Amino acid sequence: MRSNVRNLYLIPYALWIVLFVVAPIFLILYYSFFDIEGNLTLANYKKFFTPVYLKMALSSFWYAFLITAFSLLIAYPTAYLLTKTKHKQLWLLLIILPTWINLLLKAYAFLGIFGTYGLANAILETIGIGSKQILFTDFSFVFVSVYIFIPFMILPIYNSLEQLNPSLVDAARDLGASAWTTFRRVVFPLTLDGVKAGCQAVFIPALSLFMLTRLIAGNRVITLGTAVEQHFLVTQDWGMGATIAVFLIIAMAVIMSLTGNRRGKV
Amino acid sequence: MSKDVIIRFENVTKQYDDGPAVLDDVSFEIERGKFYTLLGPSGCGKTTILRLIAGFTEPTKGAIYFNGQKINSVPANKRQVNTVFQDYALFPHLNVFENVAFGLRIKKMKNADIKEKVAEALRFVNLEGYENREIREMSGGQRQRVAIARAIVNEPEVILLDEPLSALDLKLRTEMQYELRELQRRLGITFIFVTHDQEEALAMSDMIFVLNKGKIQQSGTPKDIYDEPINRFVADFIGESNIVPGKMIADCLVEFAGKRFECVDKGFEPNEHVDIVIRPEDLEITSVERGKLQVRVDSLLFRGVHYEICCYDQDGNEWLVHSTKKAEVGEKIGLYFDPEAIHVMRLNETEEEYDRRLEAYSEVSDEK
Repeated sequence: MRSNVRNLYLIPYALWIVLFVVAPIFLILYYSFFDIEGNLTLANYKKFFTPVYLKMALSSFWYAFLITAFSLLIAYPTAYLLTKTKHKQLWLLLIILPTWINLLLKAYAFLGIFGTYGLANAILETIGIGSKQILFTDFSFVFVSVYIFIPFMILPIYNSLEQLNPSLVDAARDLGASAWTTFRRVVFPLTLDGVKAGCQAVFIPALSLFMLTRLIAGNRVITLGTAVEQHFLVTQDWGMGATIAVFLIIAMAVIMSLTGNRRGKV
Repeated sequence: MSKDVIIRFENVTKQYDDGPAVLDDVSFEIERGKFYTLLGPSGCGKTTILRLIAGFTEPTKGAIYFNGQKINSVPANKRQVNTVFQDYALFPHLNVFENVAFGLRIKKMKNADIKEKVAEALRFVNLEGYENREIREMSGGQRQRVAIARAIVNEPEVILLDEPLSALDLKLRTEMQYELRELQRRLGITFIFVTHDQEEALAMSDMIFVLNKGKIQQSGTPKDIYDEPINRFVADFIGESNIVPGKMIADCLVEFAGKRFECVDKGFEPNEHVDIVIRPEDLEITSVERGKLQVRVDSLLFRGVHYEICCYDQDGNEWLVHSTKKAEVGEKIGLYFDPEAIHVMRLNETEEEYDRRLEAYSEVSDEK
C-alpha cells in the first residue's frame, strides 16, 4: 500500500526521463541508421571509422583530457585550502557564483579579454612582451574551458575533503608520517571518490564542447561536439550527426563505468 | 629512590585564540612504565594534555619535556609517542594488516619484518588471523584492539589513550579495562589514559590526575584520591559521597549535623569551617538508639550489589547509604560509622598545602 503511494510520486520524474532522456536516445539511435537521402544504411558507422572522424575523436579526447587534468591540478589544492579557511561558505559561494552566469556570456567576455586590443594583450604590452595572438589558439580554448569547468571539479573534491575525518590525519602524523606522506597515503586515497566525481563532471561535458570551440578556438579545434553541431545545423546530414552522438554516448557510458564509485565493492 | 621521569610539564598554559585558558599553568611529571589516568569532566583540559604530548598542538606558555628534551614544537611524526584515538581513527581504505603496518611502512622496514611484527601485535590484542579483514567488517571491540595494535607495534615509549573505551558497551568496557591493564604490565610501556569515568580510572591506574577547569585538582594513587579527596569537587567526582558542612572543634573532634564526632584529622585552626566527606559504603544501618546519626529514609533504589538508600537527618542534610540491608521508606533508622570514615576537607586548600599539612602532622605524631 505504502509502496503504491511512493510509486505515484515517481510518475512525474518517470515521465520526464522517458520523454527527455530515453526517447531522444532512441531517436538518435534511429537516425544514425539513415543516410542523408533517408535510406536505411550502416554507411554512417563505416564513415565514422575513417581517419577524418577518428582523428576528430582522438582530438576530442585529447582536449577533454587536457581540460580535466588542468582543472584537477588547480581544483585539488584550491579545495584543500578552502577546507582550511575560516569563511568556507563565503569562499565556496564565490567559486560557485560564476556557474550561475550563462556560458555564452562568459565566452563573450573572454573574447573581449583575449582579443587583439583586449586586457590580456594590454598587460603583455606594458610588461614588454608585446601583444600576441591569444584568441583562436589551443591555449585560449583550454584556458577558458578550464575556467568554466573548474567549479564542477572543486565542489565534489571539497565535499570529500570535508567528510574526511580529521583524526585520520592526526593518526597518520602520530604514526610517523610526514605531511606529504599523510597526503599521499591517507588524504588522497580517501578523497579519490570526490576526484573521480569531479573528473566525470568535467571530462564528459568537455568531450562534447562545441560552442567554445567555435567562439574561443575559432573552429581551429574540431571536436566531436563541433562535428555533431555542423552535421545537424549546417550540412543537414542528421544521420552522420546522430552516429557521432551515439559514439559520444558510448564513450560517456564507458567513462562513467570506469570512474564510477565502486562503493558496492569497497 | 630516584624517579625515572619521561614526561614533564612545566607551567603549561594552553589557550585557543582569545578564549579562556583550556589548561591553566599546569605542571606535573610522568614516570616511565606506569599507568596514568587523566580524569575529569568534559572540557576540563584532559584531552588537551594528550594532544600536547602527542604533538597535535603547541602550548601557549610553558615547556614540555620528553626524556629531558624540550619538545614544545617537535611535530607529531617525530615523537616517540603513539595515540589510540577516541573514534579509533582506523584508515577505512586499508585492511587490518595495513592499518597496523602503517607506522612500520613509514619507517621503511623490510616486508618480512613488518609481517612478523604485525602478527605479534595482533597476537597481543587477541586478533590473530584477522589480518585480511576490512575495517568495516570489524565490531567496535575489535576495532578498538586494532587501534591498540597499531599503536604498540611501533614500540613507542608512551601510549596515549583518548577515552578509548567510551564507545563500547558496559560488559565489553569492563573486559577491555582488564585487558588494557594487563597489556600495560606485559609491555612495560607508559600509558596515559584519558577518561571521564571515575570507576575506570580507579580500576586501571597507578596514578590518577583529577582535572577540573584546566587545573589539576589532585594527583595520587586511586586509593589516595578515593580515601582522601582534597576538595568538594574531587570527593564528588570520584565515587558517590556525602558532603556536609562542618566545623573543626579541635584536633580529632569535628562538629556536623548538630553533633560532635571523634575523627582522625588534624592540623586545623580551632573552630575552622570545613567540608565533611563520608562515603555511602562507610555508613552502616542500625537501630535509632545505637546510631550516631538519626535519619528518615526518603527513597530506596535496588542497585544489584547493594541498596542505595537516600535519607535525611533533622537538619535536612542528605545522607546516601550503600547497604545490603533493606530499609522501609519513611522508616526512622540510625546510621553508624567509624571515626576513620570521616574525612575532613579544608575549604579552598590546594594540593601543595594539603601535602604540607599532612606531612606536618605526621611528623608530630612520629615524635610522640
